[in-house]
Amino acid sequence: MTYMLRIMLLLVLLAGVSGLAQDQPVADTAAADTATVDPPAPVTNLTGQDRDNDHGHAIELSWTPSVDDLENPAGDRSVMRYRVMMWRPAFAFRVDTLRQMYEMVRNSYKPIRVYKPLVDSALSMVEQGVTSVAQLPFKVQLPADVDMTDVPQDLLRQTLEDTLETMVGQVEVSKDSVKTFRSTFLDSVDALTAAYATYPNNGRWDSIGAEPPGSGNFRHAGSKDEFSPDFLPDHTDLYYRVDAVTIDPDVYAESEIVGPIQSSGQWYNTGRTVVLVSVIIFTIFTILFVQQARGGKELYVRPLAGIEAVDDAIGRATEMGKPILYVLGLGAASDIATIASFTILSRVAKRVAEYQTDLIVPTYDPIVMTVAQEVVKSSYMDAGRPDDYHEDMVYFVTQSQFAYVAAVNGVMLRQLPATNVYMGKFYAESLILAETGALAGSIQIAGTDEIAQIPFFVVACDFTLIGEELYAASAYLGGEPILLGSLKAQDYAKALFVISAIVGFVFLVLHDITGVEWFTNFKEWYRVSD
Amino acid sequence: MRRQVPLFITFFVGTLLIVSVFIPPMENLGEDFTLFFDIIAVFAFFLGGGNLLRVHLTKLYRKSPDWGFSVVTVVGFFLMLAAGLFKIGNPGDISASVTAEGSMFQTMFNNVVLPLQSTMYALLAFFIASASYRAFRAKNREATILLVAAFIILLGRTPFGMMLTAWIPDSWSVLQVPNLAIWIMNSPNLAGQRAILIGIGLGVVSMSLRIILGIERTYLGDDR
Repeated sequence: MTYMLRIMLLLVLLAGVSGLAQDQPVADTAAADTATVDPPAPVTNLTGQDRDNDHGHAIELSWTPSVDDLENPAGDRSVMRYRVMMWRPAFAFRVDTLRQMYEMVRNSYKPIRVYKPLVDSALSMVEQGVTSVAQLPFKVQLPADVDMTDVPQDLLRQTLEDTLETMVGQVEVSKDSVKTFRSTFLDSVDALTAAYATYPNNGRWDSIGAEPPGSGNFRHAGSKDEFSPDFLPDHTDLYYRVDAVTIDPDVYAESEIVGPIQSSGQWYNTGRTVVLVSVIIFTIFTILFVQQARGGKELYVRPLAGIEAVDDAIGRATEMGKPILYVLGLGAASDIATIASFTILSRVAKRVAEYQTDLIVPTYDPIVMTVAQEVVKSSYMDAGRPDDYHEDMVYFVTQSQFAYVAAVNGVMLRQLPATNVYMGKFYAESLILAETGALAGSIQIAGTDEIAQIPFFVVACDFTLIGEELYAASAYLGGEPILLGSLKAQDYAKALFVISAIVGFVFLVLHDITGVEWFTNFKEWYRVSD
Repeated sequence: MRRQVPLFITFFVGTLLIVSVFIPPMENLGEDFTLFFDIIAVFAFFLGGGNLLRVHLTKLYRKSPDWGFSVVTVVGFFLMLAAGLFKIGNPGDISASVTAEGSMFQTMFNNVVLPLQSTMYALLAFFIASASYRAFRAKNREATILLVAAFIILLGRTPFGMMLTAWIPDSWSVLQVPNLAIWIMNSPNLAGQRAILIGIGLGVVSMSLRIILGIERTYLGDDR
């Protein structure tokens, strides 16, 4: 108790001291400090150029920081930030105002379209005898002394009619205004290039951004959309300067002006050449091996245990007289993993149809359900058993992640499928599904490209397709030479990657040993720009 | 014709989107194309709801096994639909947000859906324990390596692990359990993950090429 009292006393004392400290006139000291700040040295070597490999509307600026930069111990360290300034003609500010007006008119027009039907509906309710404002779909403004629960019908009707009249008037005005403003605005945007050419007359410098001390570059990334406040015209003379600003915003040093600089778009992104070359090589590999396969050449592809187990698992289900559960995961129909899963489902469904076993496919996404229904139906037709197919095999459950898991787990525990196949995109539900399946005693085969979920499937399932094996599975299952040809191309591409990685590793080691810069070029060849 | 038109669309759009990656003015084409997917997804809501009702009403009609669950599903479906559609109990009536605090929809979501979802998620803790028990049995060489690695990482992430090997001098600090755990995660684990990632990347490209070139067409329900 005494200990607690001591602590409390100490806290009260500390609070008193801090309170006293806060009473000191600190503002005067700060003012005295800023008043004595000397103008810093300006930034030097300011350059500007159009940003490469983009669709235009962007300028890159770079400079050498001020000698008095906060990060430079050799100087005064008084520069707190760099303010990037751009010269803008007075006409550009008028275009900004026009843009704002256009937005205002357009935005005011939108709500009227929404509210007018509500006012109409409220009027008809008033005609039917409704006198309470709370019951109306549109809340009207009434004098403060009026009882809102029992408004005189005439007053309510008059207020609503006045509101409607005002709205309709605004709609008429706005319809024309939107068109007029739009054309006027676009005409003025076209005239911007000529306005910027009047530099340095009829304009002023405008701040377009700031960089912290120590930095030496800035990207003025404008928008290509004329209606965006960030719009930056292409093929227009632009001028920039960078101010080294001290703690007092009024004390700063201007750099030399750089300009005219013009932004423009490019038709090809040279920074992605390495990607293009890789795609071309891969496509050539694919076409080459597919042609070889078509020509009758036998291609060896290493076997996958998980895929070879599919046939056994279907056979086991047939012998046990139990169904097969196929889970497509949580991916959308546009995900490549889900598309790969469709192809595996097609092969599985064909075997299931041949063996006359039951198939259950609960889906998470309605579009996935539709595609899966079509896939299973086709497989049953290919197997020559269209009569065995019924639409309830593939059904929609829910788009709530854990509700879906609960439903699938329920199926596992009630119907005790002999085999569970999980192929596609899986997230946190992977282990819940796989563990429930293991508890139910099912043979389980899983495949996903979600790296974080692979370990869960590995520990809880009998066979797991890891990463790329999911994409290869359909080709293995089909065993068609053309599909195997594309797999062969994939293996060769992988070999190229391995060789590149080894060569890159050796070159970097050689660079570290010899110090010859040329060895780093290899790494640069693989660099991909934004 | 039923197969040729979708195959042509796939080839045309696929090629266009590949080309757009290398042409800056076309860079946003991929985002624009996803709008089509969003439009289709709107209709899919009706499709999903319709299928759900058809499956469960059929079960009820036939008095199939476990039809009681279907009753819960159908009642829940209509209750939430009505609460959301007619904004029952909304403080601001029909013009207010469907998720306004105090509305029947939000009340049911907060008091029924959320706790149920949390319960399912909480099961994960128990499943991790049971999966670990099975995975960490040292049945063979691979499982033994897995067990040792997992043991070091588990120990390395606890204060006990730090305490246990604090006596090791700094010159041999790599042998301290927390540092060993960091090494396992950053070196063998990361290397393995990157290898899988490269494989996945190539697999995606290969699969995409197969689809664009029309070699793989099972997603259209065509096996030939």
